[in-house]
Amino acid sequence: MTGGAATASAGASMLARDAHRLTPARRFRIYLLEARFQFVEVLREPMFAIPTLAFPLIFYLFFGVIMGARGVSLAVPTYVLATYGVFGVLGPALFGFGAGLANERDTGVLLLKQTTPMPAGAYLFAKVMAALIFGAVVVAALFLMAAHAAGVALYRWQWFALAGVLLAGVIPFCALGLAIGAWARGRSAVAVVNLVFLPMAMLSGLWLPIYMFPDVMQDIALALPAYHHAQLALKVIAMDAGQPVPMHLAVLAAETLAFLAVAALGFRRADSFSMRRIR
Amino acid sequence: MQAAVTHSPALASLSRVTHRYGPVLALDDLDLEVRRGEVLGVLGPNGAGKTTAISLLLGSLQVQEGAARVFGFAPGAPEVRVRRGAMLQISGISANLTVREHIELFRAYYPAPIAAARLLAMAGLEDLARRRYGKLSGGQKQRVMFALALAGDPELLFLDEPTTGLDVDARHRLWSEIRALRESGRTTVLTTHNLDEADALADRVVVIHNGRRIAEGTPAEIKSRTAGRLVRCVTRIAPDEVANLPGVVEARTRGQHLEALTTRPEDLVRELLARDEALADLTVVAAGLEEAFLALTRDGKEGAA
Repeated sequence: MTGGAATASAGASMLARDAHRLTPARRFRIYLLEARFQFVEVLREPMFAIPTLAFPLIFYLFFGVIMGARGVSLAVPTYVLATYGVFGVLGPALFGFGAGLANERDTGVLLLKQTTPMPAGAYLFAKVMAALIFGAVVVAALFLMAAHAAGVALYRWQWFALAGVLLAGVIPFCALGLAIGAWARGRSAVAVVNLVFLPMAMLSGLWLPIYMFPDVMQDIALALPAYHHAQLALKVIAMDAGQPVPMHLAVLAAETLAFLAVAALGFRRADSFSMRRIR
Repeated sequence: MQAAVTHSPALASLSRVTHRYGPVLALDDLDLEVRRGEVLGVLGPNGAGKTTAISLLLGSLQVQEGAARVFGFAPGAPEVRVRRGAMLQISGISANLTVREHIELFRAYYPAPIAAARLLAMAGLEDLARRRYGKLSGGQKQRVMFALALAGDPELLFLDEPTTGLDVDARHRLWSEIRALRESGRTTVLTTHNLDEADALADRVVVIHNGRRIAEGTPAEIKSRTAGRLVRCVTRIAPDEVANLPGVVEARTRGQHLEALTTRPEDLVRELLARDEALADLTVVAAGLEEAFLALTRDGKEGAA
């Protein structure tokens, strides 16, 4: 049956020989749409948007603006601007990337997309971009509150440098999210993310300055990526613990690579594991 | 020898494929051939290996033993992906995106997609385009998955248990949409555990049981081979004795009852009544699909192509 004018013929048979090759324009469009819908999807999820967007801002309102106004110096509002900024970038990376990926692997969306011509890079790009945009929204809101409500005064270069350092945290934190997403399954991923998110934020000195902790806890902090990221952010405003920048960068780079390796292992294991349910 | 070959070459095939999940043998030396323009029904009970076979043809599972080819390429090749669509047994896509958004995204993956408005019409989703996926009924969700499978205007379409969990209305609606595809010259591979569904849609049926192909033919041929009846009664006659009667495929005791699967129910009933005057509680029912598959398995014969 060749199909008349009324019934569409299977048009794909007319495809050019090289139609499977992605032109730069098509590739760009897939990346863009994937990122846009990833962002929209997460934005419409109140379980995600409220804790990750609102918590850092509410914390800052309380500890930075209200408590800060009673203090004699601007030290506290300035300090927590950097650390809540880290908190604000960490949340979307862990929840959007980690829990989101685990969920999509569990529901089978990822399996379905893998049968299409979607480039795998577009999927990962979309998740990183969504985390980056949400992180940027939190950082921008924190900056506005700091400058206009808490009275924090920084040099212009410090504002820019602080924003840059904070947003760069998306890289190690998304790698951590990827590792969690590769190992945790479905709904349990949210629990795992919470077990990582809140203790790490606390132990890294994001809520209370690290020097207020006992020595043992300060030693633990040295192993946490959020601690090193926070120290880099605090370095911009000269409030860090005084450890060298290359050390922080080296730890972050090593841990990022370790997270990626753990994620790769998880995916490999999952290939044989999850397929057992199919049959 | 060089005469024109009339039979169309296979669009997709599995050749001598064996697949294991750990100790579990899912596919056992399976051959499967998909011919251009047909609706091929892959029929079998749950756990028969249907989805494993489909997953190998989609490239979402790696071939362990044997070979899988689609359009002459490896199943996961980019050349294949742009010409193939799939509807899988998955629990859902993002609940927070609308039908139109999902369709827009999937269309973007393909070089020559079907227009969004036409896709919505083909899947009967015109009035639901702005609704979020999470707010749809089960049947409506399946229609969205169907539209996504068609987004790239595929030559070859895989539908893995497309009507599972649907009510009768939703099922028949999807059936008519699948029938319309055949008219458009597409090739469809449909897995199902529902004999009626294969009968309603397929040109050719392959029956898989325990990872093996146990029968192949038109739906009518398959049905005639699975036309057994289940005879049930309370009797003192032993199952072993019944099993040896003509036409009996299997006999067993279940609770107080004897259950015998037979292709000659009249003969069996006559014989049973003659041998046991105290026989009671007699029923004769059409064998369910599980029994039908059992009948095919017991025959042990490979179906003629």
